[in-house]
Amino acid sequence: MALTGRQKLWWVLITVLVLVYALFPVLSILATSFKLPGDLSSGRFLPTTWTWENYAQILAPDGSARDLFLPALRNSIGISLIATLIAVVLATVAAYAIARLDFPGKRLVLTTALGVSIFPVISIVTPLFNIWRSIGLYDTWAGLIIPYLSLTLPISMWTLAAFFRQIPWELEQAAQVDGATPMQAFRKAIVPLAAPGVFTTALIAFFIAWNDFVYGISLTSTSAARPVPAALAFFTGESYFEDPTGAISAAAVVVTVPVIVLVLLFQRQIVAGLTQGAVKG
Amino acid sequence: MASITLNHIVKQYGDGFPAVNDVSLDIADGEFVILVGPSGCGKSTLLRMIVGLEDITSGDLEIDGKRVNDLAPRNRDLAMVFQNYALYPHLTVYENIAFPLRLTKGQYSDSEIDSRVRNASSLLELDEHLDRKPANLSGGQRQRVAMGRAIVRQAQAFLFDEPLSNLDAKLRGQMRTEIARLQRRLATTTVYVTHDQTEAMTLGDRVAVLRRGVLQQVASPRALYDQPVNLFVAGFIGSPPMNFLPGRVDGDHLVVPFARIPMDERLRTAIGSRDLVIVGIRPDAFEDADVVSSDKRGDGVTFDADVDVTEWLGSELYAYVPFETDPAVQKQLEELDRELDGEGMRTQLVVALDSLSSIRDGDAATLWFDPASVHVFDPESQDSLTRDDDKAASIDADAAKARQRATARAKERAAREDAAAS
Repeated sequence: MALTGRQKLWWVLITVLVLVYALFPVLSILATSFKLPGDLSSGRFLPTTWTWENYAQILAPDGSARDLFLPALRNSIGISLIATLIAVVLATVAAYAIARLDFPGKRLVLTTALGVSIFPVISIVTPLFNIWRSIGLYDTWAGLIIPYLSLTLPISMWTLAAFFRQIPWELEQAAQVDGATPMQAFRKAIVPLAAPGVFTTALIAFFIAWNDFVYGISLTSTSAARPVPAALAFFTGESYFEDPTGAISAAAVVVTVPVIVLVLLFQRQIVAGLTQGAVKG
Repeated sequence: MASITLNHIVKQYGDGFPAVNDVSLDIADGEFVILVGPSGCGKSTLLRMIVGLEDITSGDLEIDGKRVNDLAPRNRDLAMVFQNYALYPHLTVYENIAFPLRLTKGQYSDSEIDSRVRNASSLLELDEHLDRKPANLSGGQRQRVAMGRAIVRQAQAFLFDEPLSNLDAKLRGQMRTEIARLQRRLATTTVYVTHDQTEAMTLGDRVAVLRRGVLQQVASPRALYDQPVNLFVAGFIGSPPMNFLPGRVDGDHLVVPFARIPMDERLRTAIGSRDLVIVGIRPDAFEDADVVSSDKRGDGVTFDADVDVTEWLGSELYAYVPFETDPAVQKQLEELDRELDGEGMRTQLVVALDSLSSIRDGDAATLWFDPASVHVFDPESQDSLTRDDDKAASIDADAAKARQRATARAKERAAREDAAAS
C-alpha cells in the first residue's frame, strides 16, 4: 500500500517525536559530559567549550573520582557477566525441559518463575540486607549475584522456553536417521537454531543485572562489590561545593556505551527468524 | 538394498493402549510397500518403529535377516522423508543433501560427496537451487530436497511418512509420479505411509491396510479393490467408496433397498443360512440402464431410483440416491463410517455413470448392475463372504510379475542412460 503525502507527513512527524522523546536524555547526558563545571548551569544544551575533563576525572590516573569509578566498573562487569552466565546456563536447561518434556509440576515451575519476577525488588531488600550481614554475604560479589539471579533467571526461562517451543524437534530425529549420534544431532541440528535465542536471552539478562540500582546500593558498602549505578551516587565534585554532574554524566556515558555496542553488534541475532523454512509453511 | 521383516510387532504406550498390535509383514528387497489407514490407525508409529525412533514393545524387526530391535536409528542405515520435511534451516540445499555423507567421518572424500550431491540434485532437478536456504524454497522444492537427502546415501531402504500431505493437489500428483519413477529406477526397498488412498493404489506394489493397530489385509492394489477381506478394507479402498446396503434374504432373492437381486450359486453359498447381510456394490458397477446393450441387460438387475444430486466431473458423473437403511445394520455401518474418518451423515447410494449420461438432479433414473460384481459381508464379523482366495492370489501373482518386468526395464533404461552420459 502506497502512502499518500499526508500519511507520510504524519509518519515522519510521529517518528521524529518518538526519537526526540527517546534520545533527548541520552544526548543531554552526552552533551553535559563534555561541559566544564562552570558551564553546567548555563542553560544551554551544548557546552560552550568542549572538554575531556570529566572523563579524565573518572578515568585518568590522577582523576579525583577514578578510585570510585574504576573498581565499580570492574564490579559491574564481573557481577553482571557471572550472573548472566549462571542464569543462561540454568535457564537453558530448565527451558529445554519445559519445552521438550512432560513432567508433573511443569506449570508450577513456570508460574513460580513468573511470580518471582513480578515480586517488587524493594520489598525484599531489607530482609536480604539483614540476612546477608549475618551470613557474611554483605558487600561481596556473591551477595549481588544471587539476588540478580532472581531477576534474570525467570525472564530467561520464559524467553528461552518460548523460543525452544518453536524449534522443530523433528530435526533432531531427522539427523539421527541421517546417521548422527544423539549428541551430534543436538550439536548439528538443534544448537545452531537455539543459539540466537540463547544469545538474545543472555543480552537481556546482562542488561537487567547491569542496570540494577536498588540491590547495588543496599547490599554494598565499599568498592569491594559496589556496581557503577550505585557508585555514581557517591561522586563528589572537585570541592565540596562543586556539582559532580559532569563526572556523573561522563560515567553514565561510559556505562551506556557497551550496552549500545552490544545491541548494534548483535541486532541480527536478536531478531529471531532463523527457523523459517525448516518445516512446511 | 534389503528386505525388511516385521514379526509380531507390538507397540504399547504407557497406558497399555496398543497403537500397533501384532503386525507381521514381509517386505521383499526392492519392493514398494504402502502402509495405509485412517488417522490414528498406527501406520506412522509402525514406520517410526522400523526406522528406530520408537521403541518396539515386543516382536522382532529384521533388516536383511538381522534383528535390529535394539539398534539406534543411525546404525540401521535407513533413509526417511518426514511429513514436514525436517530440513536443516541453517544449511544450504547443498549442505542439507550432503549432511548424511558428512556425518560418516572420512568415509567419503570431498570430491566424492560433491559428485553424489550433484547426482542427487540433478535427478531431482534441484541444480539451480543448491546455494539457497530452505526458507527460500517452495513447498515442492523443499519436498525434493528432503528426498535428495534420503537418496544421496544409498541407504538400505527408504521410508516415507506422508511426504505429500503438505503439498497442494496439482503438485501432489506430480510428486507422486516422481516418487514412483525414482523408486523404479533405484529399485530401493521402500515403505510409504499415507492416508490418501490414491497414493496407496498408484504407488504400491503391495498395500497394507491397518485399522486400530491391526493389520487387515496386505495385497496388491488390484486384489484389495476386487477381493477385500472385510467391510473395513472394502470401505477404505476406492473413491468414491463402496456402497453398503442392508440385504435381507427372501427365498431365492436378496432384497436390498431399490432392488431384488436374484441369488446365483456364488451368492447362495456365500450367504449360507444367514437372513441378514451387508451388501457392498462399487459405484462403478452401476450403469445407466438406457445405455446397457439389450443382450447384457437381461443378465443384470434393473431398478428405478430417484436421483437427489449429481456431480459432473468431465470424465464421469456421480449420482447420489438417498435411502433409508435397515435399523439392524445401521449401527455397524455408522460405526464403520466414523472409523473411516467419515461424519456418519445420511445414507446414500453413490453411482458413477458415464459422463454422457443424461441423468440430472431430481431425475427418476433407471439403473443397472451385474450381480457378479456384488460383495456380501457378514454383519457381525464384518468379514467378506464372497472373497475368492484363489482369484486374489492369482491377481497378486500377476501384479508381482508385472512389477518384476517393470523394474527390470527401468534398470535397463537407467543403465543405458548412464552409459550414454559417460
